[in-house]
Parts: sequence; structure tokens; C-alpha cells
Amino acid sequence: MLGRKIGIKLTMGVTFTALLVIIVFASFSIRSETRSLLREVERHASQLSDHIKSDLHYDMLANDYRRIHEGIRRIGGQESIDRVRLFNKSGEIMYSSDEADIGTLVDQRAESCYGCHLEGEPLEHLDTTDRTRIFRLDDDAPRMLGIINPIYNQESCWSAACHAHPEAQTVLGVLDVTIPITEVDRNIRNSRFAIMVFAVSAIVILGLVVSLLVRWWIDRPVQQLVAATRQVAGGNLGHTVEVNSRDELGTLATSFNNMTEKLAEARMQLFQSDKLASLGRLAAGVAHEINNPLTAVLTYSSYLLKRAGDQPDARKDLEVIVSETIRCREIVKSLLDFARQTVPKKRKADVNEIIGRARTVVENQLALGRVELLMDLAEDLPRVTVDANQIQQVFINLMVNAADAIGENEGRITVSSRAIRLSPRGVLQIKRAQCRKRHDLVDRKVRIGDKPAITLQYRAGSETGLVHLDPMYGSHDHRLGSMPPMDDDIDLQCPECRVSLLAEDQRCPDCGGPIYAFEVPLKGLVYGCLREGCLWSRWEQVDAAWDDEFVEVRVQDDGCGIPKSQLPKLFEPFASTKGQKGTGLGLAVSWGIVDNHNGTITVESEEGVGTTFIVRIPVGA
Amino acid sequence: MKTRQDILVIEDETAVAGAVVMVCDDEGMSVTAVESATAALDLLERTDFRLALCDIMMQGMDGFGFLEQLEQRGLQLPVVMMTGYSTMENAVKSLSLGAVDYIPKPFTADELLTVVRRSLRCAELRSEAASPRLEGDRSMSFVSSPSGYYRLGYVSWVNMEDEGTARIGVSDLFLKSVAGITGFELYPVGDQLVQGVPCAVATSADGASHGIMCPMGGKILEVNEEALSDPMLVEKDPFFRGWLYRILPSNPDSNLRWLNP
Repeated sequence: MLGRKIGIKLTMGVTFTALLVIIVFASFSIRSETRSLLREVERHASQLSDHIKSDLHYDMLANDYRRIHEGIRRIGGQESIDRVRLFNKSGEIMYSSDEADIGTLVDQRAESCYGCHLEGEPLEHLDTTDRTRIFRLDDDAPRMLGIINPIYNQESCWSAACHAHPEAQTVLGVLDVTIPITEVDRNIRNSRFAIMVFAVSAIVILGLVVSLLVRWWIDRPVQQLVAATRQVAGGNLGHTVEVNSRDELGTLATSFNNMTEKLAEARMQLFQSDKLASLGRLAAGVAHEINNPLTAVLTYSSYLLKRAGDQPDARKDLEVIVSETIRCREIVKSLLDFARQTVPKKRKADVNEIIGRARTVVENQLALGRVELLMDLAEDLPRVTVDANQIQQVFINLMVNAADAIGENEGRITVSSRAIRLSPRGVLQIKRAQCRKRHDLVDRKVRIGDKPAITLQYRAGSETGLVHLDPMYGSHDHRLGSMPPMDDDIDLQCPECRVSLLAEDQRCPDCGGPIYAFEVPLKGLVYGCLREGCLWSRWEQVDAAWDDEFVEVRVQDDGCGIPKSQLPKLFEPFASTKGQKGTGLGLAVSWGIVDNHNGTITVESEEGVGTTFIVRIPVGA
Repeated sequence: MKTRQDILVIEDETAVAGAVVMVCDDEGMSVTAVESATAALDLLERTDFRLALCDIMMQGMDGFGFLEQLEQRGLQLPVVMMTGYSTMENAVKSLSLGAVDYIPKPFTADELLTVVRRSLRCAELRSEAASPRLEGDRSMSFVSSPSGYYRLGYVSWVNMEDEGTARIGVSDLFLKSVAGITGFELYPVGDQLVQGVPCAVATSADGASHGIMCPMGGKILEVNEEALSDPMLVEKDPFFRGWLYRILPSNPDSNLRWLNP
């Protein structure tokens, strides 16, 4: 488990490296400190030894045994000195602070003699470092530092009045001073302990800090990403990762979110087309099965209608049966056409007439629900080129939906028609936008009017920032952020590749300012002006192709209304809010039909107040 | 000695068969209904019929098998196929196998009678043309269309043009079997036509509407306005000046398989 987490691996790696470095550093530091402390002690001992020697110099020249004894005993009695001895060349101890030693011979192999008499050679000369040795008499005793100080022959010695040494003799004797180094040892111990404490705490703190940082910077975002991939793998494409950094993991999270969003869109499309494909197969199957019964009904009823002759009541009923069966046939046919991907069979038709036919179909049902059906139809509507049966189906769907929204209560449905002129402005959403290098400018994170905005970057001198454009063509609810007023010093760029989005050599025809331009794939360029108060924009291809004359039909009810949360998905298959009622396909099919006629279908709804569906069909198409 | 009747209905769905029998019977035609193609073939041993109405999708031998059996036995029985929109390809295929016409299910009594009358008239015209005593210039045009033309049954024709486009029109036999055409109803330019689906509606003097089956699927490039304004032109010169559409075929090769030269 430990080895499976990148954060723990990283923390351990860093901590072990730090451990190694700190141990090496600490041991070097302890060693060098010990060495310098001991060197200091040696220097001190050497000075001390020289002091004693010069102190006794005169007494030795005078050969005053008593004074030499006295001096050595006094010096040796000091607390910081363990012992002072003076022995002659042959190793016999002449003087000592410890009286018991006097007269004994120093073993040349003894530790104190080792420096000089390594090979049994006679002593000639010694460096300070060679003259000292550190030893411990037994394991419990404190460490001692002994320093020997050879007393060389001098002129004053061989010419002295006393017994006098011969001139040829180089070394007359050796002064041996032994001092305890308990204090130094304690210092060394203390400093070693301090360094160890530092090392350990450094490692612990480093480890903690690294693990915290790793957790904060790497572990948490990675965990979130892992959790998100699990969610996505489990099918929850609505899951998004929180982006709270701008580093690579932040970028990864952003692209992950983009990816899931695109995946969700693709899946939705796939789902839709899959649903539609199964619907097509289902329709083909149903059509095949339904054909024979429908044939029997239609043939018998039409035959009866022919023979009904002078019975007006029966005639009227039979006419409804025949026309509705024919409508069934057309529905089946159109479902099959839809499965075959053919376009609607369009003829010039009068929308009011189609509404009238739809009304006849739903009227009985409405009477049962005590619903009042009001018609407000404009006369002299332009005739539209539509598949009358399909459009009739749309109106029937909408009226039935309205009746269902009213439910058991009393209510009122108003169907109104009128001719309108409409510009694509404020109606058409710019769903795709690209810079010259084909970077997507549609920003799904920023929504204006609940639609993904188009995001550009402005650059004014060294200052940059983002501006979000209203995706509804001709609508100007832009979010310009902190962009200074638009003028020639400001460049508008693609946020991704920084390519300029300003239209070269073109100025706003209204205010003369610089204008931006971006491409809508397959649908030409969109131009616009961002100067304050200027509302100029242009989308040539759409302006040219958009037929501005429409027939608008509104189906309005005073029913329960549709919750806001359901509005965006209303036209998707199986988004029905009616529970067990209906197939869930009504609005999806209606949308498809109206879309096939290049028209639009929109909805306005307020819960508890009512719903209005607005169908707009272009006259010229 | 074989007895003679007007209509043979071959349909395994009794409700449909019953309705068809009733409608035809009411028009004074003698009708017999059988439930399978095999039963029909047995009956044909004993009885002659002027016309057969045959379902395509049946248990046992289907409509195609029936057409093949007729061919093998050398029976000159005009057959009208009945099929749903879901099996439009079958309708086209049956026409290439020798059926004279087809009627999409479900149909009204009037639609059925229109097709029956037209087919009866067509069968008469064909047998007249085939009989040696009436051989002449007029009858010759019933059996052959100009070279380079392909026919869907006796209903419509298509002529492939060099530019990859095709012209569509109504065949002379169809026009003759309809009692006087008073007008055409055509789809607008840009619409998509599907082979076997009616691409135009002809109205005849008796008020009946006759769907003209499209011989080849494609997008309409041009509509013959002359024919639209002067239906007589189509009757006079059905193969040349009386064309109906110029189309861009969407799948000419597979469509041609079902057409006869």
C-alpha cells in the first residue's frame, strides 16, 4: 500500500536523501569539532609545559633539588593538572608531583614514551603533535593528555658551575606533564549531542514539511483526479474536478474537465442518435405490424363512409375515423421517412388550417379535462412550405402537453398565430467559434444567459485579461472585465495562441473603432465592435441566409408550469415531466420536425403560472 | 373448362382480405380470397382471374415466390402487390419481377379501387397490344420505351444523362390506363425522392388520385413547369417533352437493378 502512493514515495525519497546528507554532514562536523578542541587542549598543554620548564630553568641551572621538588609538587598540586614528572635521559624519574614515583624507571615502552622511543632510538627532536598523547589508565578513568617536553642541552647547561652536563649530550631530560581532559570530553559530548539533536529534528521537520507539501500540491489534486477518473469510468460524466492551482496538475484538471464535458456532449449525441436509431428500428417494426390492422380499419371505414350517403351523423364520425387513420398512416410513414433520413414532404400550406385540424383531434380530450381552448388566429397569414401532417403533429403534441399541465383543474389553453419579422439577432446562438489557428474560443466555464460564452484575451500594453462575449448573436451582454475602453492600443487575441483577433483594415461602420472577427466553422466570420455604447456586429452568412419572415404560433396554458431546472433538457428524448403519461418523445419529435423546417421552438415557463411554447416557421424556406 | 372471375385476393391477414373482398364486391366485381400463395396457385388451375391482389410478406411462399411460380407456369395473370411502407424495396423488386403495380398499405377503399381499375385497364391494354390482330403503330409503344430508358414496372421511366443527372417521367402505358389526366402534383426542387415511393400524384377525370412511383431516388434539380401547366403534353409525348423531374441520383447503380430496359 505504501509503495502505491506517489506522495509517500516522494516523501520517503526526499527524507532518505536528506537523512543521508545530514548524517554525513553531522559526522564530519563532529569529527572536525573534536579535532579542533583537542588541538586547542594540546596547544594549551604545550604552553603549560613550556611555562613549567622555564619556571624551573633557573633552579635546574642552580641544581637546587629542593626548589625543583617544591616547584613540581606545587604545580602538580593544581586541580587542572594531574601530574608533573621530570626524568633523566636514562628514564629514571628524578622529580615527580607524586612522590612515590621518584626513583623509579620509566618503561620505554610505556605509553608516555612511545612518541620518542618507537624504534628504540634515542630521542633527538619532537614536534608538538608528536609529543602529546591521549590515554586512559583504565576504562572508568577520565581521559588524560600527556605531554612530554624534552629538555635540550644548552650552553648554559654545559657551562654551569655545578656538576655540568657534557657538551655532547643533546637531551638532558624530559618534563612529563599529564592533565585530565574531562572538560574537553564533556564539551565534545555536548556538541555531538547538539549536532545529533539538530540532525534528527532537521530530518523530522523536513520529512513533515515535504509530506505536507506533497499532500497539498500533489497528493490531493492527484487523489481528486483519480476519484474523478473513477467517477467518469463509472459513467458519471457530470463530475468535475476542482481546479485550485495553475501548475501542471491544475492544467491537467482543467483539460480533464474539458475532456469529460466533451465526452458528455459526445455521449449525449451518441445517446440521442442511438435513441433515435432504436426509435427508427422500433418505428419500422411497429409500422410493419400496424400496417395490416390499419389497412383493415381504413378500408372498412372508408368503405362505410362511401355508403353512409345520407346519414350526416354517421358520416361525420366516419370522416373522423378515416382522416385520423390516414393521419396514423402519415405518422407511420413519416417515422419511416425519419428512419430513412428523408426530408419532410413539404407543400404550401395555411398554418391556421393546420391548427384547426389539430384542434379537432384534441378537442374531445380537452372537453374531458374541462379545459377551455381559445383560438386567436391572425387572418391573412402568409402560406408556409411545410409538411402539414408533421406540423399538425407538433401542434397536437403542444396542445396535449398543455392539457396535461392543466391536469384535472379548470384551465385555459390559448393558441395564437401571427406573422412576424425576425432577425437572427438575439435568436441565434453562436455555438462554435475559432481563431485563425482553429483554437476553440467557446468557453464552457463562463456562461452568459446560461450559454457558454466566447472568450478572448485583451492586451493593453503589458496588461492582459479575459473578455467574455455574449454567445447570442446580436446580443450585447458581454463581460469585458477590467478591459480599458476599446481603442487602437488594445489588441484582442486568442487566449491560447495569442494570434490577433482584430480584423485588419476594417473599422466599425458605426463608430469607426477597431473590430474583432472570429470564425464559426462552416458558417463564416462573425464581426463585432466592443466600444462602449456601440452595438454593431455582423455575421454575413447568417444575415444573408436568414429569412426574416416567420409565422409564429404560441400555445399558452395556465397550468402547473415547468421547473427552471428542467427547461434546458426539455426537448431531449425521454425528458418528460409527466411521469407515466406520454412516451417522452413528444417534444423531442416536435423539436426535430420544427428543426427540419428550419424553424425554432422555444419555451417560456413559470411554475404555478403557466407555460408558453413558441413555434416559429420561416415563410420562405 | 375453367371458370372466370375478376379478382383474386392473396392475403394471410383475414381482416385485410375481408375488407378488400367487401370493397371489390360492392363494385360488382367477383372476388375470391385465399390465405396463401400455394392455395392461389391451386385455384388458378381451375379458375381464370383478370387480376390478383397479392400481399408480399406471407407465411410459406411469399409474394416473390408467387410471381416466380406464375412465370414458370406461363400464367398471364396481372398482379398488384400490397405492401407496407416499411417494405418499399420489396415493392420495387416485385415490379421488376413482373407485377403490374403495387398499393402501399394501409389504403382507403377509393385508393384500392383506383389501383384495381387502373391495373385492369392496363392489363387489357397489354393483352390488346400482345394480340396479333390489333398489331399496329399505336400498340407498339406500349411494349417498348426508347433505348437508354429504364422502366419501373409499367409506371415510370428514368433516362440517365451524361452529366450524371437523370430525367424521370411517366410511362405511356400508365397514362393510357388512367382515364384522362387532368393535372399533376409535383414536389418542389431540392426535395429528396426515394425509389418506389410516389414522386408525383396524377389526378384523373374521374377524380381519383394516382401516385406515380419514383423509378430512381435522388435530389430534385429541376421540375418540368411545362408539364405542370399542360398535363396534356405528358400524355402526348411522355418520353421526351413530357418529363417530370431532372434529379441527381443518390444511388443509381443499386436502383437500376430493379429497373427493366
